[in-house]
Amino acid sequence: MAQTTLTHTGQLDRPGGWRGIATDWASDQRAFKNVSWGKAMMWIFLLSDTFIFGCFLLSYMTARMSTRVPWPNPSEVFALRIGGKEIPLILIAIMTFVLISSSGTMAMAVNFGYRRDRRKTAILMLLTAALGATFVGMQAFEWTKLITEGVRPWGNPWGAAQFGSCFFMITGFHGTHVTIGVIFLIIVARKVWRGDFDTGRPGFFTSRRGRYENVEIMGLYWHFVDLVWVFIFAFFYLW
Amino acid sequence: MAEATANGLGQHALHATHAQDAAAHAEVHQEHPIKLYLVVWAWLFILSTCSYLVDYFGLHGYLRWSLILIFMMLKAGLIVAVFMHMAWERLAMMYAIILPPILVLVFVTMMVFEADYTLLTRIAFFGPGP
Repeated sequence: MAQTTLTHTGQLDRPGGWRGIATDWASDQRAFKNVSWGKAMMWIFLLSDTFIFGCFLLSYMTARMSTRVPWPNPSEVFALRIGGKEIPLILIAIMTFVLISSSGTMAMAVNFGYRRDRRKTAILMLLTAALGATFVGMQAFEWTKLITEGVRPWGNPWGAAQFGSCFFMITGFHGTHVTIGVIFLIIVARKVWRGDFDTGRPGFFTSRRGRYENVEIMGLYWHFVDLVWVFIFAFFYLW
Repeated sequence: MAEATANGLGQHALHATHAQDAAAHAEVHQEHPIKLYLVVWAWLFILSTCSYLVDYFGLHGYLRWSLILIFMMLKAGLIVAVFMHMAWERLAMMYAIILPPILVLVFVTMMVFEADYTLLTRIAFFGPGP
């Protein structure tokens, strides 16, 4: 951590700790002193998304706690037969590893972005997008498998009817997030590759010049998608 | 910045105005050693494997639930702190983002009571499960 470099471009004499919170928020200017508006807005968007996923997981908890019918055992429902042997939850485990790998490559991309290594940044972002697309593909496989086995939002062969609706709602919404992330990763990777952030080329939608910080903001979104999966994996698949 | 482009100034001038712009906003760019990311990445793999093994070995009851929650919180903490760079932000930012989700726990408590009550009335009216 000693090698961590923070390139301050402004004044450095701001107080820390609780006093810092009070002065930052009471300064009648901007509360987030060394964070750009783009990054602050992405964080606030992610906070609102946290509440959306929080509500989904909460409604799942309420449905599962309040049903008299036994909940289907996810360990068996998501098992795959590989080499004549039932391996519990193996597909979900592989999906978890794929998403964590993509988070790692994204973190690397952000790092190389700040080092202004266009080539490595773009390649790592495209690798992240490829891993994300793999994840969505595996999710499509999982959905197909469950639908052919008779899981519907209103019922399933193994137990409580709410299992299907919770499953399709939660994983479907998460899969949508991953898909949107993949699309934007490809867009930002193209910009990096073309050197938009070096030449100050205006964006096609906002006409504003981007910076390498855009890669970090994209990274925030991607890590959030991974973060949500951590919670879904724990509460929906493992519980 | 718009004037600089309009006046047809070169690349150099653009960068100069950009630097002034950045200085005015006093933002922080973070660069951390790659080793840090690799270590966190490895830990995320280890923790994921551990939480998968909880299911593989079929642990049950409070042991299972507490292990799931511990591994989950550790993974979430690593992702937010290091990958999302929250550990290096100012406290004003950290508290603004991290405190509100914790309040969801209040909602969780309310819904636990609600679900218990629903289950109770269902058992009272329909009898215990089929």
